[in-house]
Amino acid sequence: MSLLNVDDLRVDVDDKTILNGLSLTVDAGEVHAVMGPNGSGKSTFANVLAGRPGYDVTGGAITMDGTDITGLAPEERSHRGLFLAFQYPVEIPGVSNMEFLKAAVDAHARMRGEDETSAPEFIGRARDAASRLELDVDFLKRGVNDGFSGGEKKRNEILQMLLLEPRLAVLDETDSGLDIDALQVVAAGINAFRNDGNAVVLVTHYQRLLNHVVPDRVHVLTGGRIVRSGDRSLALELEDKGYGWLDD
Amino acid sequence: MPDQNELHDLVGSEHAAAGSEYSAGFVTDIETDTLPPGLDEGVVRVISAKKDEPEWMTEWRLDAFRRWREMHTPRWAHVQFPDIDFQAISYFSAPKGDAPKSLDEVDPALLRTYEKLGVPLHERARLAGVREDAPEVAVDAVFDSISVATTFKDRLAEAGVVFCSISEAIREHPELVRKYLGSVVPKPDNFYAALNSAVFSDGSFVYVPKHTRCPMELSTIFRINAENTGQFERTLIIADEGAYVSYLEGCTAPMRDENQLHAAVVELVALDDAEIKYSTVQNWYPGDDQGNGGIYNFVTKRGACLGERSKISWTQVETGSAITWKYPSVVLRGADSVGEFYSVALTRNFQQADTGTKMTHIGPRTKSTIISKGISAGRSQNSYRGRVRMNPGAKGARNYTQCDSLLIGENCGAHTFPYIESKLPSAMIEHEATTSKVSDEQLFLCQQRGIDPEKAVSMIVNGFCRDVFRTLPMEFAMEAAQLLEVSLEGAVG
Repeated sequence: MSLLNVDDLRVDVDDKTILNGLSLTVDAGEVHAVMGPNGSGKSTFANVLAGRPGYDVTGGAITMDGTDITGLAPEERSHRGLFLAFQYPVEIPGVSNMEFLKAAVDAHARMRGEDETSAPEFIGRARDAASRLELDVDFLKRGVNDGFSGGEKKRNEILQMLLLEPRLAVLDETDSGLDIDALQVVAAGINAFRNDGNAVVLVTHYQRLLNHVVPDRVHVLTGGRIVRSGDRSLALELEDKGYGWLDD
Repeated sequence: MPDQNELHDLVGSEHAAAGSEYSAGFVTDIETDTLPPGLDEGVVRVISAKKDEPEWMTEWRLDAFRRWREMHTPRWAHVQFPDIDFQAISYFSAPKGDAPKSLDEVDPALLRTYEKLGVPLHERARLAGVREDAPEVAVDAVFDSISVATTFKDRLAEAGVVFCSISEAIREHPELVRKYLGSVVPKPDNFYAALNSAVFSDGSFVYVPKHTRCPMELSTIFRINAENTGQFERTLIIADEGAYVSYLEGCTAPMRDENQLHAAVVELVALDDAEIKYSTVQNWYPGDDQGNGGIYNFVTKRGACLGERSKISWTQVETGSAITWKYPSVVLRGADSVGEFYSVALTRNFQQADTGTKMTHIGPRTKSTIISKGISAGRSQNSYRGRVRMNPGAKGARNYTQCDSLLIGENCGAHTFPYIESKLPSAMIEHEATTSKVSDEQLFLCQQRGIDPEKAVSMIVNGFCRDVFRTLPMEFAMEAAQLLEVSLEGAVG
């Protein structure tokens, strides 16, 4: 059974068709890159996987571990192990990052019927994860994404991923807006996260992140469907020739 | 999954939960001595006689009553309600029997009432839900028109602190009461203050002597129980030179279909180098989801920083009442005195709040800070109304005001009415205001991380209020956060 199976997914936004028969299968232990030009439906795909409101699924299905999750609420998908790293993380002033992280981790623990982590233990875990991403301890005390730089926001997304330990991480343009140092830190975080039991879907425009996080499969999304799949060399070929090459 | 519209609908239709979620909404069945409805000079005299008041107090009340008859209800607030028939209200209701002389004599039904409210009236126990090592809190319990018990009086007396009901203070400390009662809020200050001056029944009195730090938190728990009865409490707190006191006020009432009037007056006096910290957690019954019932909370609270370097700090968390009309204020008379106002006001369903503060700068280098957080949900209306006034003598005075509004849903309103009156070009006055919404993006982020929408809204609102909660004593900050959470229950999902 595949970890993620997307079958002939069709999605409208404001009565305009964005995804038009997208199919994708991801197995545990794999990293898949979904690449495509602007407006190809990459972000729509990432958001629809997470159940964001405002996207109208008109056909097809999303299954995780054999269960249809197409109609589930976002928090239910989260409880099943689906994580979305946002392209534009939103700010929640006044709610400290630490409080937010603990609320999220506690919600997952409750769903598994486990006790909540004690505050001291959790603070220890959060600090370890933060330092792995070269984030200052004070960073955890600040409001969620409040006044964070673009790079800090992206690293904060990876921090949340490391603490929640999802089964499937969907990273929406996590590499955009990162300088080369930050990109390496983020890539190291993703590589540390990878194991045989989980999977990563990298949604990206550029292939530079793939130099650091090596994908098992690369898919090209244009016009709302996957038009080509291959191994890592496909990404390099795309970089070399541009997306226009596929239209030929 | 709820979007913003659903969110609003659910806030408006939370009535099923509304009954159960106001946990203080029960009625205590107790025999009472209640005056028939109506108000005239005779009623004022009866109230005064019931309290064994001296002649000067009776005359003081009658003077207030005569002034009140000439006055009109204020109409400027951004609230709407039918005219109140002041002859249909009873002005005195008390549990039957002689006043208890010690805690052992208090009617068990009353003890159970306060126990249920989380305020045990014995001196061994801490306030419910508070850690074992939490500081002790002395409590004055006011039930309808009278004070039924005051705890830790002996311990406080050792430190020279007087903490008793205002009725007792009129008898035992007439020199202090005569000197300060009505000195901060004069009898004809406004319609409701005049009414209160005529008929006030009970409330708390605090005197902290010179250079004394009050050894524990003081607290008054107000409870309206009787039907068709108004509660008119009067509180007077005096901090002598170099004294410090922190005082907390809590209020609850049963759920009834009729509106009930609560018109209190609170006066604070701080002499040289004194500091008074006054915190309120107001949880009067807010009425049901159709706008029926609930308390009209028309309250005059004012502090006078008479002394140099004195400080008065108001913190209020307002979640209850059908209508709130309340402006805890500070008159900054002493040089270098400091006034602060920190407020969280949450309205939902059909609640209306018009609340804020007045900071009147008279002395040189006086300083005031205003932080107001208004949260509106359902069809409620939430207004901040504030006045900062700089008199010509207030050289070097400074004010900082920050007013933030948070909207949940589409049918509520937030309004800001700041008035700045400066007769002093050099005064520094800063005003910042923001209005924001609990956004779909914020909710989605929380949900994506596994947090259910109800908890998410509560967390976002608590974050919005953080600046104010920080000023509350620890255990009351927790209570305030919990109260917000309960009030927001059913706001989504």
